[in-house]
Amino acid sequence: MSNTSPQSAMTDASVSRQEILEVATLARLGVDKDTAGSYADDISKVLKMMHTLAGVDTADLMPLANIHEACQDLRADVAEHDINRERNQSMAPAVEQGLYLVPQVIE
Amino acid sequence: MSEIHHLSTEQLIAGLHNKQFSSLELTEHFIKRIDAFDGQINSFITHTSETARAQAQAADEMRAQGDLRPLLGVPMAHKDIFCTQGVLTTCGSKMLHNFVSPYDATIVTNIEKAGMISLGKLNMDEFAMGSDNSSSYYGAVQNPWNLDHVPGGSSGGSAAAVAAGFVPVATASDTGGSIRQPASFCGLTGIKPTYGRISRFGMIAYASSLDQAGSLGRSAKDCAYLLQPMIGHDPRDATSIKHDMPDYVQDLIEAEEKAGDKPLQGLRIGVAKEYFGAGLDAEVEQTVRAALNKYEELGATIVEVNITDPEITLATYYMLAPAEASSNLSRFDGVRFGYRCENPKDLIDLYTRSRSEGFGPEVQRRILMGTYALSAGYFDAYYTKAQKIRRIIVKDFADAFANCDVIASPTVPTAAYKLSDNLDPATMYLGDVYTIGVNLAGLPALSQPVGLTAAGLPIGLQLIGKHWQESQLLTTAHLFQQHTDHHLQHSAIAKETV
Repeated sequence: MSNTSPQSAMTDASVSRQEILEVATLARLGVDKDTAGSYADDISKVLKMMHTLAGVDTADLMPLANIHEACQDLRADVAEHDINRERNQSMAPAVEQGLYLVPQVIE
Repeated sequence: MSEIHHLSTEQLIAGLHNKQFSSLELTEHFIKRIDAFDGQINSFITHTSETARAQAQAADEMRAQGDLRPLLGVPMAHKDIFCTQGVLTTCGSKMLHNFVSPYDATIVTNIEKAGMISLGKLNMDEFAMGSDNSSSYYGAVQNPWNLDHVPGGSSGGSAAAVAAGFVPVATASDTGGSIRQPASFCGLTGIKPTYGRISRFGMIAYASSLDQAGSLGRSAKDCAYLLQPMIGHDPRDATSIKHDMPDYVQDLIEAEEKAGDKPLQGLRIGVAKEYFGAGLDAEVEQTVRAALNKYEELGATIVEVNITDPEITLATYYMLAPAEASSNLSRFDGVRFGYRCENPKDLIDLYTRSRSEGFGPEVQRRILMGTYALSAGYFDAYYTKAQKIRRIIVKDFADAFANCDVIASPTVPTAAYKLSDNLDPATMYLGDVYTIGVNLAGLPALSQPVGLTAAGLPIGLQLIGKHWQESQLLTTAHLFQQHTDHHLQHSAIAKETV
């Protein structure tokens, strides 16, 4: 990533084409240089809106984790047999013998 | 008798009960309208007409045998964000152009159990990211009030289909206003319930801490009818919450019976100056203030409240929602389902090209924005900061509700704009300024129609409630609608007959 410090991130409020290309790699998106420039312009405009956040005093505040401040109500850890493998795999781009096929990853 | 598609859900139920028409006749009426006019609107992605006819016939037989489920045989349609077993479920994206869901969303199951007939799957902004339904892979949706204008988004197909008289009610979802904003643009009532009220199981995720399903109809009572089977705790969604199960329709009927000359006597409506600031269209402000005067006439008291600066709320939302989206949408990799690129040279190429060819520009923009905010060096400055500010937004709403029962505001700063206006993303996001705080705080809110612009486009008023108080919102809007006729106005397409 770029050399922008976290502290100045919000006040700099712009993102370069090169940063978009780096982020695209992280997000597994193929973005060409021209499109990256266009995304950089758009996202920089949105980041300018974030200026307002820098001025908000959040000292002593914990990040919000759950809107109802409630523990998640998890169901019992018991297997349910409602997954239909054949039905699921009928939508896969490529399967063989019950496995999902992808390009070879080990020579 | 009025045209069938002008009838309320309650009138449709009564008509079925009194044998004025059968479910099959109702279903045929709506299918004919869709066939005749949806070429102009583009509200449906998938039609399920044959299944619907079979379900309607079965509903008629069940009714004849004494089945008294109120919604039995009433047509509706689903936003294409809800998984429907055996039916194409695209979420408005090329990425899911071939995805036939192997299971039903919980709300789809529950609505089917209530006996309703689904006529198909409705168009939407791709992965619910957008405010005008222009980002759908299946084409833009037109507003039935004026075809040059957008219907709003992301539930633009749902709103347009109801406003055009293609279905009496439709499901929708709301992450930052996606039920309320299209309701406002299309002259409908639309409710987003409390976060956790309705299961998200089978609702394709955009931003999991903000997404919530809800209903769209012409009136608050229409919304109540559809909302009823949707609510309840679901063990398959760890964020759905066990809570009381109100009977919304019964609550409206009781409120109606008790209502005197001043049916809203004692109701305190909070009005925040922050919702009437710069950027609000003068015609929208005038119409919303006139509606507030009407609320006062009906007995309500207007009190001044303060809420978080909408600019801060907007910035917080556009930090958190894309961050959640970038995480949620990482599951679309071209391996197990959905779009896969041709002839990938290796696994990384498969991931990268499948995603960049399968996602549209707005989705890619938000993934990039979210990935940027979550990346090393920026996480604390952006994401953590925004989650802290979210706590302030929640508290500000709680403080405001200490002095009022509901908060009222314009739903959107403007009426529906033209598709040809082609707003840049930052400008489009500003349109969400009044709706997104509700999602950040997990509150219930609805939009109701309160008038038209001089150009004949609808204007909406938003009512925000305390957690779990959907019934109060629906009752408030219903009592208003008992004394006004804004919700009874018809779009240009709804006035057309086949």
